Amino acid sequence: MSEQLIAPAAELVNRFESWVKPDTRPGYQGTIIDLEHLVEFARVARDEFSYDYLSSVTGVDYFPEDKMEVVYHAYKMTGGPALIFKAQTSRTDSVVPSLVSIYPGAEFQEREAWDLLGIRFSGHPDLRRILMWEGFAGHPLRKDWKEAYFEEEVKPFKNRWPDGHAVRSEDKNPYGDNVAYPSDFDPDNWVTDADRSLYDLLKKIQQEGDGMKTDRIIVNMGPQHPSTHGVFRMVVVLEGETVVELKPVMGYLHRNHEKIGERNTYLQNIPFTDRLDYISSMSNNFGYVLAVEKLMNIKPPERADYLRVMMAELTRISSHIMSTGFLLNDLGAYFTPALYALEERELILDIFEAVSGSRMMCNYFRFGGVARDLPEGILEKVRELAFDRLPRKIEELDAYLTENEILRTRCEGVGILTAEQATAFSTSGPTLRASGVPYDIRRADPYSIYDRLDFDVVTGTKGDVYDRYLVRIEEMRQSCNILRQVVRDIPGGLIQTGKPVYQVRVPAGESYGRVEGPKGELGYYILSNGKPNPVRYHVRAPSFINLTSLAEMCRGGKVADAVVILGAMDIVLGEVDR
Amino acid sequence: MSAEDLNLPGVEVPPEIRQQVTLTTLDRIYNWSRRNSVWPLMSGLACCAIEMICTAASRYDFSRFGMEVMRPSPRQADMMIVSGTVTKKMIPTIVRLYNQMAEPKYVIAMGACASGGGPFKEGYNVVSGVDKFIPVDVYIPGCPPTPQSLLNGLIALQKKIDDESLKNVRWYQKGPGEEIPVPVLGPDLMDMRKFAQIKAALARPEPGSEADLTS
Repeated sequence: MSEQLIAPAAELVNRFESWVKPDTRPGYQGTIIDLEHLVEFARVARDEFSYDYLSSVTGVDYFPEDKMEVVYHAYKMTGGPALIFKAQTSRTDSVVPSLVSIYPGAEFQEREAWDLLGIRFSGHPDLRRILMWEGFAGHPLRKDWKEAYFEEEVKPFKNRWPDGHAVRSEDKNPYGDNVAYPSDFDPDNWVTDADRSLYDLLKKIQQEGDGMKTDRIIVNMGPQHPSTHGVFRMVVVLEGETVVELKPVMGYLHRNHEKIGERNTYLQNIPFTDRLDYISSMSNNFGYVLAVEKLMNIKPPERADYLRVMMAELTRISSHIMSTGFLLNDLGAYFTPALYALEERELILDIFEAVSGSRMMCNYFRFGGVARDLPEGILEKVRELAFDRLPRKIEELDAYLTENEILRTRCEGVGILTAEQATAFSTSGPTLRASGVPYDIRRADPYSIYDRLDFDVVTGTKGDVYDRYLVRIEEMRQSCNILRQVVRDIPGGLIQTGKPVYQVRVPAGESYGRVEGPKGELGYYILSNGKPNPVRYHVRAPSFINLTSLAEMCRGGKVADAVVILGAMDIVLGEVDR
Repeated sequence: MSAEDLNLPGVEVPPEIRQQVTLTTLDRIYNWSRRNSVWPLMSGLACCAIEMICTAASRYDFSRFGMEVMRPSPRQADMMIVSGTVTKKMIPTIVRLYNQMAEPKYVIAMGACASGGGPFKEGYNVVSGVDKFIPVDVYIPGCPPTPQSLLNGLIALQKKIDDESLKNVRWYQKGPGEEIPVPVLGPDLMDMRKFAQIKAALARPEPGSEADLTS
């Protein structure tokens, strides 16, 4: 594994041997770059070695060592393994040069690392907090930062053990609530700062403008707004109806997955991954178990692999069909297409309920297999869906919608993202492919049994909202195609390697597992020190990173188009905010 | 609900005028009309919102209970379904939405998170249940609750409405309605109703220096 990862980068590393050191810690991969040369290294990697896609930026706190590390995973759009490079800085004064000038897709991820870990990125154009609010005390993902309900460093907590008696967390807190204030906090003179820096920024844009004096207004859409698909907020500067600038504001559903995940044991994290992209829980499980299996160096049995792919593709169909329905909602076809979509989704949820016991939060995957085998009769149901019902219904949607004049005029030429922009902004999934980049991790970096399956990578040509819609429709057809092969070929046998255990042994080291989720590249960065809990658990959420390109797509368009562009991007707030 | 249910029990209406005449009390007819037209606020927070949408869709269809008219504006809504994890960053908005809803208003805490923090309770940005800030009428367990349990919760709300009386519902009492102070985003979330307590706790020169947790 490690030689495979280092090999393509060898030439690049050799070129800078003086300040590029291979990471020799056992279980680690990649290279460590000196801070002052980081930007230069990234530029050469992008321009001369075509690592043009920065997938993920992860901050890691090495407390009690005085060390903060930022891990970058870059890929080539033509496929192949990652270029992993790292920058290290001290904990007390954490400054790392920003890579936004090389990879614009790093913008939100660096803001996230600043917000949660307190790593300052010098040269970042807009380094504000992103998930928490401006003025929040501390950087919560630092290992020495304790939440108000802190009990113990890691689970399982002692008082939850059979003969212990649980105490409500509220009763242990002086305020009876999930809050803690720093000692120097003066409540009388506090001025809330939550939005001030954002408005200062936008007011500057509001006051510029050329030639004729026109009024620019700042409009808040969300967090409670029917068009935002959850608690997402867009702050737009409008000139008439034209969007001059747009700033996404998120964090309204920041549920602290990563902090909780680092207290959890490995197995306990699986149900939490369900709740990331809550429309496609099975794919979320997939990425996480792949990352941990890489560390544990195990492989699931053949039948489990087939089951995993079957569930992942069913998930993709249900997610895409729902997203298509709700895109039409945003276009004004109020709820009728969504009802058609939800009808099919219910049939898929029935299958999930049969295999896992839950409609949405499936918690189905396990390290080295899956939780349960198919109950009797379910394979026939999947067969019926894959061969008959779903293809028929996809054709029906296609027939009703694709050539619809209103849909075409609202979607064509709206929210264009060129292939270069889509790559630079690190977008993934249908958004990236609609721009004409044939990048699908199932093909580019195959996992599980995808290298054996026959399917096409669907791409668009123009990169507008209409292409994104078309890509989703065609991807559903391809998923049906995959399902048909899976149903045909699924072997019998075991569904789990070894005995199922609660406490898995994960050797020390780092791993990055990624899958092509319905929304795009879903990656998990896991850092283990050999103990029962991960040291670092980071989710590279496709919805979150796709949003980096939102402002670019909306600028210059009408405000009604911003709604459609957001709808076509198909974000899920559980994943954006985590 | 048929006309029979609307009729006051024990009062015999002659059969020949039963289609035209009903004898009832003001409470009863008021509750009868209210329970069958509870308009929910169209606001989804998290995973539960998806199940709420499924409940609104054709298979489960909560329009059977007069609840299908989802209103995006709080001014037109009667009921807020708090469908998902309530975070500290979001709670000021939720309280504001609740304050903006016209009375009579009801709140359903859908799912484990809205009821008490759920699996994310320990998180630093999570409010341990929306009832820390706004009064909740019905709690629905589940993570997420299935559409069936949401329907069950809605029926429970209808039963609650059935038992109300004009004499003692809070929106017909004297004086202005209670407005909940919007929490402030400080270094951590500040419930303005606990302002004095927070101030006192911070002013105390405690040896633990950090005014958190330690007793």
